[in-house]
Order: sequence, then C-alpha cells, then structure tokens
Amino acid sequence: MSDTTKPVERRFKIAHREAWIGVLLAVINIAWWYGFAYSLGSKPPEEYSYILGFPAWFFWSCIAGFVVMVILVVIVVKFVLVDMSLENEEEEREEGGDPS
Amino acid sequence: MNWDVLLPLVLLLVVIFFIGVWSNRKMVKSSSFITDYFLGSRELGGLVLAMTMVATYGSASSFLGGPGAAYTIGLGWVLLAMTQVATGYFVLLVLGKKFAIVARRYRAVTLIDFLKERYQSKSVVLLSALSIIIFLFAAMAAQWIGGAYLIQSITGLTYTSALFVFAIAVLIYVIIGGFRAVAMTDTFQGVIMFVGTLLLLIGVVIAGGGLDQIFSDLMNENPNLITPYGQDGQLTALYVSSFWILVGVGVIGLPQVAVRAMSYRDAKSMHRALIIGTIVVGFIMLNMHLIGVFARPVLPGIEVADQVIPLIALEVLPGWLAGLVLAAPLAAMMSTVDSLLLLVSSSVVKDVYLNYVKPEASDKHIMKVSMGVTGTLGIGVFFLAINPPELLIMLNLFAFGGLEAAFIWPVVLGLYWKYGNKYGALASMITGIVSYIVIFQYNSTYGDLLGVHAVVIPVVLSLVAFVTFSLLIKRKAYYFPRG
Repeated sequence: MSDTTKPVERRFKIAHREAWIGVLLAVINIAWWYGFAYSLGSKPPEEYSYILGFPAWFFWSCIAGFVVMVILVVIVVKFVLVDMSLENEEEEREEGGDPS
Repeated sequence: MNWDVLLPLVLLLVVIFFIGVWSNRKMVKSSSFITDYFLGSRELGGLVLAMTMVATYGSASSFLGGPGAAYTIGLGWVLLAMTQVATGYFVLLVLGKKFAIVARRYRAVTLIDFLKERYQSKSVVLLSALSIIIFLFAAMAAQWIGGAYLIQSITGLTYTSALFVFAIAVLIYVIIGGFRAVAMTDTFQGVIMFVGTLLLLIGVVIAGGGLDQIFSDLMNENPNLITPYGQDGQLTALYVSSFWILVGVGVIGLPQVAVRAMSYRDAKSMHRALIIGTIVVGFIMLNMHLIGVFARPVLPGIEVADQVIPLIALEVLPGWLAGLVLAAPLAAMMSTVDSLLLLVSSSVVKDVYLNYVKPEASDKHIMKVSMGVTGTLGIGVFFLAINPPELLIMLNLFAFGGLEAAFIWPVVLGLYWKYGNKYGALASMITGIVSYIVIFQYNSTYGDLLGVHAVVIPVVLSLVAFVTFSLLIKRKAYYFPRG
C-alpha cells in the first residue's frame, strides 16, 4: 500500500475542491476590502466623495464589498457546491466496488 | 429603572427557558445521550446552523466593546470589524464536507474526538483538553462579567445580584437542554441581534439628523474619524489587515466554532447556512459598528466604551424598543457563554473522563456526569466572576488568539494533509500557545512586533512547526478509514 496507488475517494475529491473555493472567496474578499479602503481612503478627508451618504472608500470597501461577497456565496452555493450524503452507509453502496 | 425597558428582557429569559425545557424533552427520546447532549444528534438545519455559528462567535466584544471602540476610533474600526464577514462562509466551506464525513466515521462528538482519532495520541488529547478547559473557562468568565455589568446598568441591581440573574438564566437551559438548547436559543438570540441592530441603527441615523449631517459633524470634530486610519491616524493598513487572521479566517481554529462544523444534518443544511450566515454576520457587524460611530455626534463625551450601546439605545429609542434592542447584547453574551460552557463541559466529560477515567460508563451515568459537570463549571464561573482574579483576566486576553494558534493547523492540516502526524500536532500546539503568550506580552510592552496583531506570527510559527515535525519524525502518510 504505497502513497501513489491509493485512490482518493470521490466525495473527498469534491470536498477538497469546495475547500479551495472557500480559500478563493476569502482571497477575493480581502483583495476587494483592502483595495477600495486604502486606495480611495488614503486621500485627505476633505477630498472624499460620497455615495448614498457614505464616504466612497467606505461604501465600496465595506458596504458594496459585503454585498458582493453575499452574491458570490449565493452563486457558489447554487451552481458549484455538490449535494451529497455525509453518512457512512451511503458510501458503501456508492463505492462498493472500490477495493480497500 | 422603568418596566418598559425591563419587560422585553424578562420575556427573553422566559422564552429561552422554555427552549431549554423543550430540548430536554426531545433529548429523552434520542438514542445516544452523549451525541445529543454535546452535538444535538447532528441534526441542525441551515438556519439554526448559521445562527449558532454567528451567535457563538459574536460575543460581548462585538456588541459592547466593538461599537465602543468604533465610537472613539471612527470608521477605521468599522473597516476592521468587516474582516469578520469571512467567518460566515470560510469555516463551513474550508472544514466543509470532509470534516462532516470524517466526524461521522470517527463518531466524533467533540473537536478533540477528531484530533484523538486522527493523531492517535494521548498527549495530543490531553494537551488540547487542557488548553480548551483553561482558555475557554477564562473566556467564559469574562463574558459573565460583561453580562452582569450590562444587567446592572439596565436594571440598577447590584453587580452580584445581576450576575446571579445572568448565571441562573444561562445555567438552567444549558444544563438541562444541552447542545440543542444552545443552538435553538442561539437562533432566537441571533434573530434578536439582527432586528435589534437594525432598529438601533435607524434610530441613531434619525437622531443624528441623517447621514449627511452625521458625517459633516464627524468631519468638523475630527476628519480622521471618517478615514480608514483611526482618530489619531494610529491604524496602519498592515495592522488592520492582520485582523483577517484574528477574527476572520483564523476563527476556523476555535474549538467552539469548529465543533459546529460537524453538527449539521446534511449537505443542504450546510449550503443554506453558508448564505444565511454570511448575510447575518455581515449585516450585524456592519450595523453594530456603524451605530458606534454615529452615536458620537448624537451623544458626545461617553467615557466608558461598553456603555455606548446601552446609553445610545436609551437615548434614541422609546423604552420598550430600547429594551428589545438591549436584549441583543445580552443575547449575544448568553449565546457565547452557553456554547463555551457546553464545550468546556464536553472536554471534561467526553475527552478526559470517558477516554481515560471510565470508558465503559452507562448512558445514564454519562447523563448524570455531563449535567453535573456542566452545573459545577457554571457555579465555579459564578464564584470566580464575583471577584475576578487577575490571572483569569489575563487568560481571557490570551484565549482567542492562543486557541487559534494552537488548533488551526492540527485541525486544517490534519484534515487535508496526509503527512500531518502527532509530532507535528504537538509541536504546533505548543509553539502556537507559547509564542502567542510571549508575543502578546512583548507587544503590550514594546508595541506591535512587525506592526501586526499578536496572533499573526504565532500562526505562522505553528505552521512551520507542524510541517517540520511531521516530516522529520516518523513521516508516514495517513488515510482516513473507509466508512
């Protein structure tokens, strides 16, 4: 039983991909948050423009950033994540032919 | 103090009491006491899962300390608080389905059950149990103190009687209802927080004369208040960004959060929880901290940060509504305390007692011990909180960062990296805790090392320790057993 011959379970493969999506979402979140806050926000406050009553840096970074993350999470949940059983019995049925 | 304000608070206590009784009834019918008491029989649906994650995590600091800091520091602190949006999706996605599947195979009820099976090491179990018991006990005590202060400031009771009211309220439903009661009350409390913060925000904006007026008042007082850099320009981009680790992605290492990632019923529940959780946590954090900033022109000159929210609520809202809104921080504290209490209790009962003292205990015996331990811990916290010792306060400061640095890699890499082994896990936990305490002390004396929050360097060091020791000592690939 060496490292290379052991197949990764089907459900684990999907789970691994979904975990990476979580990391990707966090990276996008951080980039968006940081980018708007410290580009628009580094001007002197007298020169700030305002959107819906909020300073533009804050609006884009914190308010729009939050909305964008919600939309991305909804997209990921609806179109990317896979519905699967988490129970033990199911697996034996699904992967009954898998020798190990 | 008038009854308008008190009535909603009393109602809150009555409702959660009934949730406790209901959960206890449900528990009697379940097949395994221990899985039900400490994990709600793994049957949380999407809404409850999302709410219990948010509520466990959003503690007194988010509802009193956080807005208080925003009051002093300005929009920069709201920016910092928004790093917490990540907790809504990150933990559930990254621990994800693999954690849920593996937990079922291991029949894991606590985070330590997972670590025990994965690393097959008594030292890992005892070290984890010890750090959970010590750190979370302290964190819990700090929340009790906060809860008692809040009740005191609203009702005018003495500190000790306020503490007593808080203790009785929490203990009853946690002791009899277990995890399900905790999760259900968290949901109820989460809804209160959600509605409460929205109402208060609207109230403050109206009292302040609209957003334009509020921002021009802030601008006139101190333009730094509306920049990302804090009232004295003290918040560097690097420092604020390091909170992504402390309160954003690093939360994955907190045992009370991670255990919830193995409590859901099925993949659908997890999917729903991702959406609900992200919305709720972002909404509450944004509103709550904005309230803190907006309170400044409305009610200038508040000295004690924790009083900003109670005072502003009483100022801008009618009495009964203020009572409802103030139920939110109380709910937040209770929902954190209840989870911590149950987690510490599960570490004592499941991880230590059942593993090493009396493995063949009967279900009935386990039930007595579980409820007994939960009750004893609660009473212990009560007496410590009456006159909190210095050490307790210090341990609380270390609690979150210390636990994150200790557990993040043993959990995440234990799940995803086959070469992770017990030597790596032990090295990682010891490195994480020790370096966090050392760097925390160093930072409070000499200023932040490398300009980042104390949690960042220990998280990196514990990663290095985990990988190095796993590869150096008895390197061997690990495969999860088939179900």
